[in-house]
Amino acid sequence: MDSSVLYVVAPELILAIGAISLLMLGVFTSNGEAAGRTVTWLSIAVLIATAIAVFQGSGSSLVFGGAFVSDGFTRFLKIVILIGAALTLLMTFDNFGRAKLLQFEYPVLVLLATLGMLMMVSANDLIALYLGLELQSLALYVIAAFKRDDVQSSEAGLKYFVLGALSSGMLLYGASMLYGVTGSTSYATIAAAATIPEMSTNIGLTFGLVFVLVGLAFKVAAVPFHMWTPDVYQGAPTPVTAFFAGAPKIAAMALLLRFTQAALPGIAPQWQQIVIFLAIASMVLGSFAAIGQNNIKRLLAYSSIGNVGFALIGLAANNTEGTAGVLIYLVIYVAMTLGAFACVLAMQRNGRNVESISDLSGLAKTNLTFATILAVLMFSLAGIPPLAGFWAKWYVFLPAIKAGLYPLSVIGVVTSVVGAYYYLRVVKIMFFDETAEGFSPPEGRTFAVMALSAAFVVAFVLPFVGGTVVDAATAAASVLVPAHP
Amino acid sequence: MASALFFYLFSVLAVASGASVILTKNPVHAVLFLILAFFNAAGLFVLLNAEFLAMLLVIVYVGAVSVLFLFVVMMLDVDFAELKAGFIKNAKIGALIGGLVLVELLALVGYKGLAVSPVMSPSSPVPAADSGITNTRALGEILYTKYVYYFEGAGLILLVAMIGAIVLTLKHRKGVKRQSISAQVARGPATGLEVVKVPSGGSVIPPPAKHPEAAE
Amino acid sequence: MLDTLQTFMNDYGWNLLVLIGFSLLLLVVLLVIIAFLLLMDRKVWAAVQMRRGPNVVGPFGLLQSFADLLKFVLKEPIIPSGSDKVVFLLAPLATATCALASWAVIPVNENSWGRWVISDMNVGILYLLAISSLGVYGIIMGGWASNSKYPFMGALRSAAQMVSYEVSIGFVIICVLLCVGSLNVTDVVNSQKTGIGTHIGLTNSLFDWNWFALFPMFVVFFISALAETNRPPFDLVEAESELVAGFMVEYSSTPYLLYMLGEYVSITAMCAMTTILFLGGWLPPLDIWPLNAVPGIFWFLIKVVFVFFMFAMVKAMVPRYRYDQLMRLGWKVFLPLSLVMVVITAAVLQFGGFLS
Repeated sequence: MDSSVLYVVAPELILAIGAISLLMLGVFTSNGEAAGRTVTWLSIAVLIATAIAVFQGSGSSLVFGGAFVSDGFTRFLKIVILIGAALTLLMTFDNFGRAKLLQFEYPVLVLLATLGMLMMVSANDLIALYLGLELQSLALYVIAAFKRDDVQSSEAGLKYFVLGALSSGMLLYGASMLYGVTGSTSYATIAAAATIPEMSTNIGLTFGLVFVLVGLAFKVAAVPFHMWTPDVYQGAPTPVTAFFAGAPKIAAMALLLRFTQAALPGIAPQWQQIVIFLAIASMVLGSFAAIGQNNIKRLLAYSSIGNVGFALIGLAANNTEGTAGVLIYLVIYVAMTLGAFACVLAMQRNGRNVESISDLSGLAKTNLTFATILAVLMFSLAGIPPLAGFWAKWYVFLPAIKAGLYPLSVIGVVTSVVGAYYYLRVVKIMFFDETAEGFSPPEGRTFAVMALSAAFVVAFVLPFVGGTVVDAATAAASVLVPAHP
Repeated sequence: MASALFFYLFSVLAVASGASVILTKNPVHAVLFLILAFFNAAGLFVLLNAEFLAMLLVIVYVGAVSVLFLFVVMMLDVDFAELKAGFIKNAKIGALIGGLVLVELLALVGYKGLAVSPVMSPSSPVPAADSGITNTRALGEILYTKYVYYFEGAGLILLVAMIGAIVLTLKHRKGVKRQSISAQVARGPATGLEVVKVPSGGSVIPPPAKHPEAAE
Repeated sequence: MLDTLQTFMNDYGWNLLVLIGFSLLLLVVLLVIIAFLLLMDRKVWAAVQMRRGPNVVGPFGLLQSFADLLKFVLKEPIIPSGSDKVVFLLAPLATATCALASWAVIPVNENSWGRWVISDMNVGILYLLAISSLGVYGIIMGGWASNSKYPFMGALRSAAQMVSYEVSIGFVIICVLLCVGSLNVTDVVNSQKTGIGTHIGLTNSLFDWNWFALFPMFVVFFISALAETNRPPFDLVEAESELVAGFMVEYSSTPYLLYMLGEYVSITAMCAMTTILFLGGWLPPLDIWPLNAVPGIFWFLIKVVFVFFMFAMVKAMVPRYRYDQLMRLGWKVFLPLSLVMVVITAAVLQFGGFLS
């Protein structure tokens, strides 16, 4: 094996070695609290170093017998994932510090989960897909139950684990079928087999496709495989939930994008109908089920389900613009979600976090900055122009309309109007309801994430912010799906 | 002919014990049948000349995994009546859905058939019979070269599993007296013995004994 | 029909008959040897405690084991009414069968007639490891099927103990295999013809054997072998002062005999494994005249008996471990030690130029 391979996998290597070294550092440091703090800071440093290594990469390369791919598409997503992970780690300090949870294992597990995500993004083979997915999922199961003395957290971890294991089983079942009919686990060979006309109606291929998509839909929490999301989001410690809502979704989406568009372009109509169904179901359920929620974490869980539905619209379009739309949507979604969860983290009174929406009432009168930032994020999530959330939807609806998916687009628009109701309800509660007891002022790092996120959302309309993202996403998407003539 | 005989022996036993795993009422018996199934699968591997995999199956699954299964099943006090009540309650719906899916699958496969891709090459790369390469070596040669990525990835997954198990279960209890063997061994006359001069007719109350083994 | 039989016999049958013949020969010899080893065990133990030991049946008590055999066989087997009868009777059978099965791949000699082994398979070491890990099932099954407290506790102890020590045994074996480069048991012995001894000028001597090059692993293996076979000082499974007789409380008569037999067969198998992995199998200790003229089988037997003697001495001299000490030793001492040794061995082999 020549050493050029090492350059291609440098980001993953840095992350893996970093995680293992930090694990050692944590194990052999006796002081728990201080070790947790140090390891968390060092983990952020490792994530930044990894991001730099990703930036250094160029061109497209396939290594390890085609199992691992590194190209513009993977680099774009890896950067987003790394930034998301680093920001969520930044938000953990205060919350975990208060809950006596600041142990060194948490950042190490986050690093390993992030490594799994990078492997998922780069997966170009069914085995690589599964390994990445499992590495990420196992770490996530553990950190969901990280507050182990808390019943809800343990329940979240257990529920996530059981359903995740079920979905992994389905995915493996599908993967074994794909292997059975095509004789290979490599995307390239599967794609070659799937493009043969007589294979387009092959039962094994279709079954494999369906089961793999079911498995992946579990991971992105698309309806009807979303049941775990609200409970897990509510039960897990809030910094963990913020992490769940961001980076893993991107990785699973990347997996979905590459699996459908690189492995099975030959039977696109088949997976398109599945994706369309998932998109519609997620959007509808995400917007209607969120209306009755009182807990802000559950609300954001349903919001993330709905957002996955919108992102899937871009995939359903199955063209370069659509894929670029998905990427743009993911970036904006992560920015908004991180901001929203930073706000949830900042909702605390007397050192205790509160999670009920009614706790927000009259926030504008006690803390206007906080209320404004949350309002901006909510407006953006609702898709009010000219905020980023609007452009996210714009870039997925446009290719769908171009691809002739009119019913899907109409349903998308209608559900986003329904969704706007519950986002705006939060704004109404904050600005026009009776004043409740004020929150303690948000801690610096959490506030920084809130402000950063709000600034991004507002500034997205500026060409050098939004334009950069759109250009980068389009370039990345055109690597995966070359523009159709 | 003999290998055909053994093939049928192992496969029949494997399938029969596999069925017994889910049909038997006693969970301990189920695990024992599972072990039998593993054994027969190992036998099938031997027939395929994959003796390394056969031994690995026995060592890993029978020697380690099933022991833990058995351990857990024996320790758990499973209430079968209660378990069965839940099963029967949901059995109708389960049977309905399962039956429907089965009928659908059978109908589809019966109608279209399961064909494999024409570009598929069903040959598997095995070392030539006369090359003198044992299958242990053949596996080693690709595991650490071609499949090193998967190998390392799997290693990381196991690491995560280990960290997870420790994080979620390890509790450092305070005030537990632990044995410190080094402290015990290092204890000599100088630290363990004190010579006191007892005045005639008087008494000496010895200072409270130090317990070096409880130091940790 | 006759034709088919003819081809079958020509293809497999005669081989099969020969194989069965050799297996029976090995079994008979092995069992007779074990009968005397059992006696030796008791005699050694007695000698350490300044007793005479069994000396009534036959000259010097030589027939004691056979008398015990008759006694156990002729007694009435008692099966507790609350027990799981099938598993209860299966358990001692499993123990004895697994123990005997391990002898299938143990070579006792190699000379111009060929290799003296039932099955010269190329993953023999793994087979030994697999079979030795199965020994735990007989104990677990027996303990559970007895449906009684002490046997069950004994079974749980044994399960944890054997799984723990198997890990370090596995790493020790990996160390040896790294030096040997083959999983074939006969190759393991033959590779010990050259080694450190040859380098320092003592060709084909006992310094060529693995015990010298891998001395720490030899010690770890010996102690782990004690634990793996539930011998004192690790016989917590049947610690009489705590659990009466552990998993064997409810057993009597022939099933009990089978347990005892299985235990001693696996002890001899462990002794043979120690001999093969570390003590050069059937190789003579020095390549000089009277020693190298002795047939290899005798060297093999002498070494096995020597290791068994050490087992017996340990039993006589070392007090029993407490359970937490046992676990500590296995997981906190042996596991790291053997892991480090795997790394060191591999590094020395790779960078010391031993892998031509």
